[in-house]
Amino acid sequence: MTPEAKPYWDGLREGKLMLPKCDDCGKAFFYPRIACPHCHSRAVGWIEASGKGKLYSFQIAHRALNPAFKIEPPYILAMIELEEGPRMMSNLIDIEPDPAVVKCDMAVEVVFEKQTDEVTLPLFRPAG
Amino acid sequence: MKELSNSVAIVGVDESDEIGTLPEVSQLTLHLQAIHNAVADAGLKISDVDGIFTAGQHSPALLGEALGIRPRYVDGTSVGGCSFIIMVGHALLALHHGLCDVAVVSHGESGRSGTGVTRARDTSLSGQFEMPYGFGGAPTYFGMITNRHMHEYGTTLEQWADVAVSTRAWAGLNPKARFRDPITVQDVLDSRPMFYPFNLLNICLVTDAGGAVVLTRADRAKDCAKKPVYVRGAGEGTEHVMVTEMADMPFSHATRISGNKAFEMAGVTHSDFDHIMLYDAFTSGPPLMLEALGFCNPGEGVGFFEDGRSTPGGSLPINTNGGGLSYTHSGMYGIFPIIEAVRQQRGECGERQVPDARLSLVNGMGGMLSAAGTIVLSHET
Repeated sequence: MTPEAKPYWDGLREGKLMLPKCDDCGKAFFYPRIACPHCHSRAVGWIEASGKGKLYSFQIAHRALNPAFKIEPPYILAMIELEEGPRMMSNLIDIEPDPAVVKCDMAVEVVFEKQTDEVTLPLFRPAG
Repeated sequence: MKELSNSVAIVGVDESDEIGTLPEVSQLTLHLQAIHNAVADAGLKISDVDGIFTAGQHSPALLGEALGIRPRYVDGTSVGGCSFIIMVGHALLALHHGLCDVAVVSHGESGRSGTGVTRARDTSLSGQFEMPYGFGGAPTYFGMITNRHMHEYGTTLEQWADVAVSTRAWAGLNPKARFRDPITVQDVLDSRPMFYPFNLLNICLVTDAGGAVVLTRADRAKDCAKKPVYVRGAGEGTEHVMVTEMADMPFSHATRISGNKAFEMAGVTHSDFDHIMLYDAFTSGPPLMLEALGFCNPGEGVGFFEDGRSTPGGSLPINTNGGGLSYTHSGMYGIFPIIEAVRQQRGECGERQVPDARLSLVNGMGGMLSAAGTIVLSHET
């Protein structure tokens, strides 16, 4: 974990999805960094995201390339576009990993999954 | 910028002694074989080389040391597999201004066997924001771009498969290609599921290979062994590294920036090309590049691979070496489409020769369309 992302990881442990947001242009962004990628201001604060968004794109993994990753294939690799604008990678859960069922732009919402005392991950499921 | 056009020529190209599965050949040896072979192809000596350009694990300083020369110009720009295409542009500048006289762009990668390789990747961002979800390896990222293209434009799995079929048809005519037996669209659709929307035959090979390209100024090029192939234009660009930061996915701004610069320097337009080489790590790459380069509207790139247009005997031959999909792909593939374009411009390609090839386009990507390099090559000035 990088120091500039600490508020993000701290937030996840408390069940909050925190996003950096520019105090000057007002745009949220992701991943965390010390200056705004939109207007290049260094006045960056944090907001709590709604946790709502859409599935911008996805892949269905029929095998794992990363031996450290424990979930059995097939599983869904997801690119989420948050309501606040930024995109982030995650997994889409609670849905059949089938391209006939999973659709780009479907509404999704965050669920927090505790992995260890240190790490909680933001996963996403179809919005109910 | 116009004064750069045609001021430099590619005078030597070659692969390493062998390409394929080579557990007994180190990565450094792949570099050195390719450089020695390409310098010999140019009719030059290793001692003539005074500029070294390379990307990947070995620095230009190491290549200089291993070759036994002291270069006076080095470049180690490393923005992914297109770095070697970008370096043709960098070499163009250095040669034009007299900062070196004979430049070598070199690639060597033991991508399959890992011989003489120290695996180390920068994971400070992907380790936090991607790998915890099972991402890792190019097929888990490029499919995101591909699937969004399918969503926006209705592109089909059959249309991506057309690219694999066309490229394999060219590989059948290249004795150096790894896979040469013809395949059908159905073969691609029936191949092993990997990372939807990609089955196995949508994904490039993983091989061990080296390649090198030798350049010198146009005035000196005339004294070399082979017909000079002039660098008429060169461009480069980058947009992102993390795919989530690709603003208008699936459109590649890096490719648009790179292509526009290369076309402007060369003073050419899309319809002038009679031969095209596009970095094909995945079947969806070439169509997306044609769209970003402005050959067609977004969503229409797959049309270039339909009805035999891109295949042997077609109206616009694409990836005539058999590509990363069927010829070779060591990891950073970008040197190989340059080598093929030069051979086509020289008329050395035998069965797969594009009749009367006069203007070749080489366009590559680094990462997931994160970076781009474009060059325009011709045996005519």
